[in-house]
Amino acid sequence: MEIDGPLGLLAELTYRCPLACAYCSNPVELAAYREELTTAEWQRVITEAAELGALQCHLSGGEPLLRRDLADLVRTAAEQGLYTNLVTSALGFTAARAAELHDAGLDHVQVSLQADEPQLSDRIAGSPSFARKIEAARRVRELGWPLTLNVVLHRQNIDRVAEVLAAAEELEADRIELANTQYYGWAAVNRAALLPSRDQLAAAEVVVRAAKERLRGRMEIIYVIPDYYATYPKPCMGGWGARQLVVVPTGDALPCLAAHDLPLPAANVREHPLSWIWRDSPIFSAYRGTDWMQDPCRSCARREVDLGGCRCQAFALTGDATRTDPVCHLAPDHDVVEAAVAEANAASRPVELPLVARSFRR
Amino acid sequence: MTRDAQRSGAGPLTQSFPTTGVPRLGRGVKLRYDRARERHVLLLPETVVVLNTTGTAILELCDGQRTVADIVDALRETYADVPEGQVVAYLAKLAERRHLEITDGD
Ligand SMILES: C[S@@+](CC[C@H](N)C(=O)[O-])C[C@H]1O[C@@H](n2cnc3c(N)ncnc32)[C@H](O)[C@@H]1O
Ligand code: SF4
Ligand code: SF4
Repeated sequence: MEIDGPLGLLAELTYRCPLACAYCSNPVELAAYREELTTAEWQRVITEAAELGALQCHLSGGEPLLRRDLADLVRTAAEQGLYTNLVTSALGFTAARAAELHDAGLDHVQVSLQADEPQLSDRIAGSPSFARKIEAARRVRELGWPLTLNVVLHRQNIDRVAEVLAAAEELEADRIELANTQYYGWAAVNRAALLPSRDQLAAAEVVVRAAKERLRGRMEIIYVIPDYYATYPKPCMGGWGARQLVVVPTGDALPCLAAHDLPLPAANVREHPLSWIWRDSPIFSAYRGTDWMQDPCRSCARREVDLGGCRCQAFALTGDATRTDPVCHLAPDHDVVEAAVAEANAASRPVELPLVARSFRR
Repeated sequence: MTRDAQRSGAGPLTQSFPTTGVPRLGRGVKLRYDRARERHVLLLPETVVVLNTTGTAILELCDGQRTVADIVDALRETYADVPEGQVVAYLAKLAERRHLEITDGD
C-alpha cells in the first residue's frame, strides 16, 4: 500500500511551561519527559519530516520559548521550506526574542489566551500572565506577522465569548480559534470543572454565529465544536497516521497529541528513522484506515467520514482504543459521556468550580 | 493549532468586489511548489490548499499590482475560455477565508 507522507509536523519541544493551565492537554506524568531531544536531534527530525513530505512545522509544547535553541530550529525548518508556526503562551516572547525569531524566518505566531479579563485569565492559567500576553500579542502584529489567537473554551470562560471576540478584534487578530476543551491530559483530570452546560454552549454559539457574519473577511473565526455535545465524533487528526506527525519532547513519535499512553510499542526518533516510523511502526499502522474497527463503526455508513472518532479518547474512556469513540451517540459506551453531560447540566451546579493546576508533581 | 477545527465559515457569499480590486496573498500566506505532490500549494498555519493548474495560474498573478481585470486579461493570453465571473468567484472565496487580500485599486 502506498502511504502518503504527513502534511504537518507538530514538534512538542518541551513540556516545561511557566503557566499551569488546568485545561492543558499535556500528559499528567510530566516528569517522565525531562530527557529532551538535543538541538541536533530536533534538526534531524525536522529535516526528515520535510523529506517525508511535510509542509508545515508547528513548534509547540509546553512552552516552546523555553527552548533556547528555538530560533535555530525555526531556521532549519525554514531552510527545508516548511511553513513555520510558533504555538505559544507568549510568556517569554520578549522584543529581543521576537526579533531573533523573525530573522530566523518564522512565518506565523499563534498566541493562546485564557480569557479576555486579567483575573479570570490568571486564575485559569494558574499564574499571573495576562498583561504580558497582551503585550506579546501586540508585538506579533508590530513585527508584521499574522496573528492567530487560540482560546480554549470551557465552563469557566465560555460565558465571556463575546468579550473574548471583542478583545481579539481590538488586537487586530487575523484569526481566532475558539477551541472547546478536548479532555486529554490535565483537562481530563479537571473535566468535571471544565465541561460547560448545554445552556452555556447554546448562548455562546449564538454569539459566535453573529460574530462570524459581522467579521466576515476581516477576522476568521474557527469554532471547534465540543464533541461531548455532538451527535458524531470528529475525524481525529484527519485520520490516524494520515496527516499529522507529533513528536514529544523525549522523541516518541505519535499519530495524535493524546496518544502517549496507548498500549503499543513506542517509536522513538532516537532509535528509528522517521520514514520507518511513519510508514511501518506499530503505533502509526495500528489504526490507519478502517480495518481495525469493531462494530458499530465497522458496518456504519459514516466510517470513512469520521473514522470512528478519536482512538485516544476511546482508550481513555473505555480502556480499548479500538472501540467506537464514546462521544458518538451510536457508541456502546456512550453512557460514560452522557453521565458527564448530565452532571454538567445539574440545575444546582455552579459555574465556578475548583481547578487542579498543572504541575510536575502529583 | 487545533486538532480538528470545524470550519463552517463557508456560508453564502456576502462579499463582492469590483474588477478594479487588486488581490495579493493574505498576511502569512505562502505559495510554493511542492515536489512531493507535484503541485503548487497555498500554505497557511492550519491549512494546506493543494492547487490545480488554473488555481496556480490565477494565484501567480495575484501580485498586489494587477487588478482583477488585468488578471483576467493575462489569463486570456494563455487560456482560450476565461469566464470573468468564475475568476471573481474563485478570488472571492479565497478572500473570504483570508487566503487573499483584495484592496481597492484606486
Ligand atoms: C498545549 S499548548 C502548548 C503551547 C503553549 N504553551 C500554549 O498554551 O499556547 C498547544 C495549544 O493547545 C491548546 N490547548 C491546550 N490544552 C487544550 C485542550 N485540552 N483542548 C484544546 N486545546 C488545548 C492551547 O491553547 C494551545 O493553543
Ligand atoms: S496549555 Fe497552558 S500549561 Fe499547557 S503548555 Fe500551554 S500555556 Fe503551558
Ligand atoms: S458508529 Fe463509528 S463510524 Fe458510525 S458515526 Fe459512530 S463513530 Fe462514526
